[in-house]
Amino acid sequence: MLSKSKIFFKGTVAVLPHMLSVIPFGIITGAIGVELGFDPILVYATSLIIFGGASQIIFMQLLSGGASSLVAITSVGVINSRHLLYGAVLSEYLEKLSFIKKLFISYFIVDQGFAESNKYIKKNKNLSNPHYYILGTGVTLWFCWQLSTISGIILGSFIPEELCLKFAIPLTFLAIIVNDLRKLDHVFVMLVSGFASLILFDAPFKSYIILSPIVALIAAFIMLRLKK
Amino acid sequence: MTWFSIIVSGIVTYFSRMAMVALIDREMLGTKVKEVLNYVPAAVFPAIIFPGVFFNDFGSLVEITDPKIYGAIVALVVGFYSRNIIATIISGLLSYWFIIFFLLK
Repeated sequence: MLSKSKIFFKGTVAVLPHMLSVIPFGIITGAIGVELGFDPILVYATSLIIFGGASQIIFMQLLSGGASSLVAITSVGVINSRHLLYGAVLSEYLEKLSFIKKLFISYFIVDQGFAESNKYIKKNKNLSNPHYYILGTGVTLWFCWQLSTISGIILGSFIPEELCLKFAIPLTFLAIIVNDLRKLDHVFVMLVSGFASLILFDAPFKSYIILSPIVALIAAFIMLRLKK
Repeated sequence: MTWFSIIVSGIVTYFSRMAMVALIDREMLGTKVKEVLNYVPAAVFPAIIFPGVFFNDFGSLVEITDPKIYGAIVALVVGFYSRNIIATIISGLLSYWFIIFFLLK
């Protein structure tokens, strides 16, 4: 039987390869926040309070572009709705935990940690403490994320304006979905979302950022219907 | 106001992580909803990518010769073949910088 600390450590090791992408992404997030004109304290606060790279970048980009708080907050909600899926999968392994522990561990549910935990726990069905694995992935990612966004905030103040670092925003999101480019159904949904965003770009309050994903999700729903 | 938005966004994000773990019975999420949630990244991120590439700072469509388009194409090709996040971002930025600093100078 594996001890709690061993399981935690295994989780830590499992997410280490992800650091190759998490650390640069964190640096970019911090640097972009500064470039968009936010106070360094505010940029860092998003890492601590929101703790989700994509949400943080979109949040800051929208607010700096003059979107209302409501639009910025709603779009964060839309992006993060994928966590519901992670939570639904992980809840099976967390059932025995007390309510307080569930509340605590939830803060650490992130994409890479979820992917590794789900793989490992599925393979090792009779683990007595699977939540230590989830915590191991989450806590490790948390520390790296905090440190890399802080580095980005410091670096960001030195990066010259001429480099147009803002262009890193679309590139970063392109990089996030690069793994899905081989799946035709996903590419279809991407194209719907992309073209919808171009058409809806002038919709009031920057609402294109919420409307386009909704249009694309409806398209996905119809596509799933037709497939059957 | 910004602080307020950050805190509310934080609560919203935390809720999305916590809801299914601590509050809602996972059976509440039907298979259909789960299938559609799979497409959230594909539905969300292009809405940031497309305007970021095809619109300029003033919100009008860029010309077909805009360096951002070529940077994005390079990133797309590199990303498709390498499936590597950093290679995608760096190749896009480098090709973009190459165009604006060398070819257009």
